[in-house]
Amino acid sequence: MPDTLVKARQLKVRFVQNGSAINAVNGVDFDLNAGEVLCILGESGSGKSVTLRALMRLNPPSKTVMSGTLEVGGRDIIAATEDELETLRGPFVSMIFQEPMTALDPVFTIGHQISEAIVRHEGLSRRDAKLRAIELLEMVQVPSAKRRLSAYPHELSGGLRQRAMIAIALSCRPKLLLADEPTTALDASVQIQILTLLREIQQEMGMGMIFVTHDLGVAGEIADRIAVMYAGRFVEEGPVVEMMTAPLHPYSRGLLGATVREGSRGTRLTTIPGAPPDLRDLPDGCAFAPRCSEAQSPCLAALPDLRTPEPGRAARCIHVESRP
Amino acid sequence: MVIARGLTKHFPLKRGFFGGEAKVKAADGVDFEIIKGETLAIVGESGCGKSTLSRLVMGMIPPTSGEVVFDGELVGSTALRMNDFHRQVQMVFQDSYSSLNPRLSIEESIAFPPMVHGLAHNQAVARAHELLEAVGLSPTQYARRYPHELSGGQRQRVNIARALALRPRLVILDEPVSALDKSVEAQVLNLLIDLKAQFKLTYLFISHDLNVVHHMADRVLVMYLGRVAEIGPVEEVFRNPAHPYTRALLASRPSMDPRRRRAGSPLSGDPPNPIDPPPGCRFMGRCTLAEPVCATVLPELSDIGTDAAGETHAAACLAVLPSSGHSLATRMVA
Repeated sequence: MPDTLVKARQLKVRFVQNGSAINAVNGVDFDLNAGEVLCILGESGSGKSVTLRALMRLNPPSKTVMSGTLEVGGRDIIAATEDELETLRGPFVSMIFQEPMTALDPVFTIGHQISEAIVRHEGLSRRDAKLRAIELLEMVQVPSAKRRLSAYPHELSGGLRQRAMIAIALSCRPKLLLADEPTTALDASVQIQILTLLREIQQEMGMGMIFVTHDLGVAGEIADRIAVMYAGRFVEEGPVVEMMTAPLHPYSRGLLGATVREGSRGTRLTTIPGAPPDLRDLPDGCAFAPRCSEAQSPCLAALPDLRTPEPGRAARCIHVESRP
Repeated sequence: MVIARGLTKHFPLKRGFFGGEAKVKAADGVDFEIIKGETLAIVGESGCGKSTLSRLVMGMIPPTSGEVVFDGELVGSTALRMNDFHRQVQMVFQDSYSSLNPRLSIEESIAFPPMVHGLAHNQAVARAHELLEAVGLSPTQYARRYPHELSGGQRQRVNIARALALRPRLVILDEPVSALDKSVEAQVLNLLIDLKAQFKLTYLFISHDLNVVHHMADRVLVMYLGRVAEIGPVEEVFRNPAHPYTRALLASRPSMDPRRRRAGSPLSGDPPNPIDPPPGCRFMGRCTLAEPVCATVLPELSDIGTDAAGETHAAACLAVLPSSGHSLATRMVA
């Protein structure tokens, strides 16, 4: 029985402000085991980053309303106190972000920021923490690590900053790493370096990882499983090879067809007509139905239940047959 | 249609304490042509000078040296004044929001350039409506809206419509889809292909996404630290990349097949700093083929062959230059 790091059941996140509510996440179910990489794939506004932040309860507390069940490391995140969350953040779960320049503190050196978490959570002395920081920077393949300790974020290139942020996230040896589009702002040559680095570290440390991206190519390089998110729901989930070769849900197929790839030259890209629904006022039925070429009247009437055509795969679409 | 000769742009940095002068060589002796009716793509990593190059072609920044010739006339000379040149060449930027005036409605934004160039207001608005139709936004629904009321993809359509408002012949597209979601990206790319045929346009397409370039371009120019590394027909360059940098860039693309994941990274290190680059080949520090000769000789762009249509394929690498002194030089040419 593998360790279950995350267990989410009917997870909902709403942002309430000035009397109006935005339904960002609308009933998400998933489990994540140790050593497993789940990619959440979706477009802007699909709720992928909100889901990820919910796992560490990082959404703005004043207006966020969460419901359902959410357990991270066996602890109830929705009911946890701030003190309980603090013992979880860092040693158990940590996060890397898209923009290292905003995620890093510009007035402290890289070395200071890496050792800060180590001193805080593991009670090491500043000097020992510094040695650990050098080890960490070497692990994320920062050249001349010792010298970089005294560098400020603005003195590093984008790739090095992202590596420094990964070093901070790994400083307390978390069991679960959350990554929010960490390679989107990088050049392709650096992106593939960071992806292979994350893959190596994840396997070496046996971490679970949830990786949010809008880029199918990135998901293909790093995921074990892919979940496709649309209007705050997982519309499809399955192993990476099946998802990228034979997706079940019309939206996943649309995304795959709209991605420019080798061999698409001279052909017309398939597009998905229309725009995503307004998250303040979601339809009762399938949220994708208004844009779907295969939609029928039952699609509009009620939300299709999750069907499993084969073990390990599931999709919310009436055209998918459940097989026991 | 466009001939760029020796385009060079050096941005001076603040003098050091001892009076040493540092320069960012954003573009350094770039030569290329844009052929009428084609899509020429410029690819390269951030900081390689691709946006600087596009702004030099557009005449938005004055070059340190070099010249741009448009239809046989020198841009900025008495025969072709800047103002007339801009009627023929327009530009679409990456950030769809910051390139629109937030206080102008969509139709005013699109009608503005023709009015500056002397078209009457009602005619300019009529043209704006035609263009909105052409980019797939219904004028009755969108003409009176403001930029903040539109999605990113819709705003980029408005930018494209505005760029077409002067009926230009060359459109410079600077990363037009980089900020868009994949499904919207596909819509905009399809639209750009349609508009090119409809208005008989020529595109200079700047992108860092090689898959998009392969999809869109006829020819591709690979840029590295302000210099042309390789230029040629897109199929030829993608099939037989001659420059080690082009090969590495091509190998850096995600594989799109989880069963054949990339094993390691083809390029180590970050793109180097364009401030005072070393004298020899600028790619040397990251190149697997680098030899001592590369440190001293700056490789010139030289023809290495032609494709079936007679288009030239050229690269700037000593390893493919005959008798350059590089040990691979003869073997790779033969």
